[in-house]
Amino acid sequence: MAERWGLPIVAWPSRLRPSVWDGIALPLVFGALILLAWASQQMGQPFHTGEQLPISLDPGYLPEYALRTVMRMALALVASLVFSIVYAAAAAKSKRAEKLLIPVLDVLQSVPILGFLSITVTGFVALFPGRLLGYECAAIFAIFTSQAWNMTFSLYQSFLGVPHDLREAARMYHLSPWQSFWQLEMPYALPQLVWNMMMSVSGGWFFVVASEAISVNNQTVLLPGIGSYIAVAIDHRNLYAVGYAIAAMLVLILVYDQLLFRPLLAWVQRFKVETIVGEEIEPPWFLVMVQRARVFHGMARLFGLMAQISGHLSRSLPALPRPARRRRLGRALDIAWAVVLTGGAVAALIEIAHFVRAEVGWSEVGYVFVLGAITLVRVVVLIALAAAFWVPIGVWIGLRPRLARRIQPVIQFLAAFPANLFFPIVVSLIVVYRLNPEIWLSPLMILGTQWYILFNVIAGTLALPTDYLLVAGNLGVRNWLWWRRLVLPGIFPAFVTGAVTASGGSWNASIVAEIARWGGTTLRATGIGAYIATETEKGDFPRIALGITVLCIYVLVLNRLVWRRLYQLAEERLRLD
Amino acid sequence: MPAETTLAADVGTGLVAAHQVCKTYATGDAPGRHVLEHIDFTLKEGEIVAILGKSGSGKSTFLRILAGLTGPSDGFASYRGRRIDDPVSGIAMVFQSFALFPWLTVLGNVELGLEAQGVAPDERHRRAIAAIDLIGLDGFESAYPKELSGGMRQRVGFARALVVNPDVLLLDEPFSQLDVLTAETLRGDVEDLWRDRRIPTKGIILVSHNIEDAVFLADRIIVFGSDPGCIRADIPVPLPRPRDQANPIFRSLVDQVYTLLTTVPGTEAAKRRAEPIGLGYRVPDASIQQLTGLLEALSQPPYEGRADLPKLAESEHLSTDDLMVLVETLQLLGLAQVGGGDIEMLPAGRAFAAADLHNRKQIFADHLRRAVPLAAHIRRVLDERPGHSAPEGRFLAELEDYLSEEEASQVFETVINWSRYAELFAYDIDSGVLSLENP
Repeated sequence: MAERWGLPIVAWPSRLRPSVWDGIALPLVFGALILLAWASQQMGQPFHTGEQLPISLDPGYLPEYALRTVMRMALALVASLVFSIVYAAAAAKSKRAEKLLIPVLDVLQSVPILGFLSITVTGFVALFPGRLLGYECAAIFAIFTSQAWNMTFSLYQSFLGVPHDLREAARMYHLSPWQSFWQLEMPYALPQLVWNMMMSVSGGWFFVVASEAISVNNQTVLLPGIGSYIAVAIDHRNLYAVGYAIAAMLVLILVYDQLLFRPLLAWVQRFKVETIVGEEIEPPWFLVMVQRARVFHGMARLFGLMAQISGHLSRSLPALPRPARRRRLGRALDIAWAVVLTGGAVAALIEIAHFVRAEVGWSEVGYVFVLGAITLVRVVVLIALAAAFWVPIGVWIGLRPRLARRIQPVIQFLAAFPANLFFPIVVSLIVVYRLNPEIWLSPLMILGTQWYILFNVIAGTLALPTDYLLVAGNLGVRNWLWWRRLVLPGIFPAFVTGAVTASGGSWNASIVAEIARWGGTTLRATGIGAYIATETEKGDFPRIALGITVLCIYVLVLNRLVWRRLYQLAEERLRLD
Repeated sequence: MPAETTLAADVGTGLVAAHQVCKTYATGDAPGRHVLEHIDFTLKEGEIVAILGKSGSGKSTFLRILAGLTGPSDGFASYRGRRIDDPVSGIAMVFQSFALFPWLTVLGNVELGLEAQGVAPDERHRRAIAAIDLIGLDGFESAYPKELSGGMRQRVGFARALVVNPDVLLLDEPFSQLDVLTAETLRGDVEDLWRDRRIPTKGIILVSHNIEDAVFLADRIIVFGSDPGCIRADIPVPLPRPRDQANPIFRSLVDQVYTLLTTVPGTEAAKRRAEPIGLGYRVPDASIQQLTGLLEALSQPPYEGRADLPKLAESEHLSTDDLMVLVETLQLLGLAQVGGGDIEMLPAGRAFAAADLHNRKQIFADHLRRAVPLAAHIRRVLDERPGHSAPEGRFLAELEDYLSEEEASQVFETVINWSRYAELFAYDIDSGVLSLENP
């Protein structure tokens, strides 16, 4: 039926009457609409660079700021969703597009997210002169970049992985490409996409906070929001305000989790291709409300109708000719496309070399590479330290499944919590005790990302078959031998997954972690993150580009040489299933 | 195209037909593997045809060509005189894996094909409910596929195919993922629908590896030979419906098909005797455990060295596919021979069954070196090399002169497994090195 695309409608007569849930749902829906309208109106306010929007540290203003922050997050999420669907569909459908799009995505993924902010803010401001909208767009774009790439990859991989027999069935029953996209490919990709969205939003909070206080051309623009609130709190050395901001963020994340992701995750269960009924998830209260309230049924009808109309339209389009018959022409086009791509790449390389020589000079390039190496050392040491600390604890927790089940949501929450909100607390301690910033600023880089290691180690330990543990106990395998022969190989794949995420996040965090302020005091550690942050403040575009390019090169090389190989090793040798 | 002009005259009689259909899978620079060679086939109105063959005989590929899901390399398929290039309306298919959309209910799955055709919602609903009733799924309309058992899922598969009122129904191993009891029930129900003319379908093609299914359902059985796939026999089944599996004619037909499937036809056997198999022979992927088990069972009562193949399959709980792989391996290694639907142990096979573990390995090693050139070749190279070791890459490269990359590694893996058991040589998976050292 038409409801397929909306939410399930149970055909009980009692459902035809407005339900109790409608009483809750109606005000919620209209309230949300009014708030959204207000917040978007605020975004269009007139604004001239150099003005200062007043940010008050009065906690009474926090709900308003929180709403503005949520608004940015939501817009970025919608943009990411649209982008990822279009981009992934293009890459999965066309071999030629794939050749360009996938490597580009791979590079985009390693560009530090705050780097996008540094580069694009001037452009966005120029786009909407005299309005705040330019800065809003830059901030939203930065959040978008923290979410879009991994959602796109997930979709692309899902599109490629659609089971062959389902594809054949769709063709056999004459679904048009458009119908088969919405009836087969998108539903198949949905569970993985929602999971990735949740992860992306977790990471996104960090960048919301970081991108609201935009420093450009020696000026700081503070967009009303929690991130700006905390920036002002830092200026005033106000630890109470930092505490309020943390509390507000806590509420925000909880609301997102309860109203968006819990219901979504439960709802997409049905899209999973598995042969047996999986573990039943207790339906979250919000999903129950959505499914019971008549208001939402109307919306579901609307979606169903749209799906039907689009299906009719797609059928009336003329069928595309099968390209298989023109093989020779196809090959010529392939060659031409390869030539265009290679030519473009070579031209870009020449352009970059020219640019660097004219604007910066080669010696500075060398210097930036050295800075990158220093940051690399920090990342590697921090990951090693975090592993040494969290692996034993994670295994200890993982061996106690009941404890693990209770503790896992907490860790997930910690991973979503923007670590930069805690920076002021750490920095104030460094200032008070006069610690060496080169060493003591470093832990900030891994403050938010270490949880991925812990989270994955616990999951890996939980997944170890009990049989193995029993056999080890039976054979008297203990101490170091127990770790070496059983636990470490057993959790290795999970650990690698966690460490990759943690490492990527640490590189990203270096831009905000290597320079820190507390009131009038600025602490600076040597590294490529500090370099990029400093040049961004100065508005020196060529040097920002240089810093970001070098950082990208480090991340790409590290991924290729270390993480990808470890991944392969884990995939081939140490998989348990 | 010249084929187009003669089309109508050639195929006026049949519902679905194949004309000199060939299919080749390109393997890089190599000439490519021939999966199907010059197949001529016609499905007449009112008949059920079963296509049987070993796995890898290309029978499933052939069905996909008739369905329009894949194109032939040469020749063409046609439906009512029109060439098939894409799936045509009028032909529906039931899949081995059911291929149901997990996010749609039973009703949603059944309506899928109608929705794609743009049938109005009310009409669609009515027809889907009718098809669901027909196949015995009433009451399950709102269930999701994962809530159903395998048998019920395949019923949804049938309902989805029947609801579009197909002229021709293609069944791709529809019962092979079901347990025996469920499969027999569903098979019987499908036969009832056909016999009582309760479905408008005018012809059915069933691809299967189950001989009983074929003899039970089909008016005609086509046996495919492998390497490359070709039609080896076309056997009419003149039994009245409904058919009784205990009927002696039924049993003798089953025996006849069994013999056809497990024996190498005369010409191929003669070729094999004259020139031993080459390096690139696609050795069957048989497990040592099963080979040993089969030889032991054969040597003991009630068989005492000689067995009727269908009976053996039943008593050893082997599928026809598995049995054929084992039988081909025993023939290849010279441990047993096949004739007249029976398998008979050769002296070496009897000696193997009677020996202890050490001697078994000895016998197996001797026969492996004699019968499988790849094993002998690897051993010879290792003997000659000063360090008695060699990388796997060189042997794989040699194999890829004859086989596709995938097949080469499959054959290589099988021979490595046999040789490890025979202690002909050792293999280290991490380094990919073959050596004579035994760790």
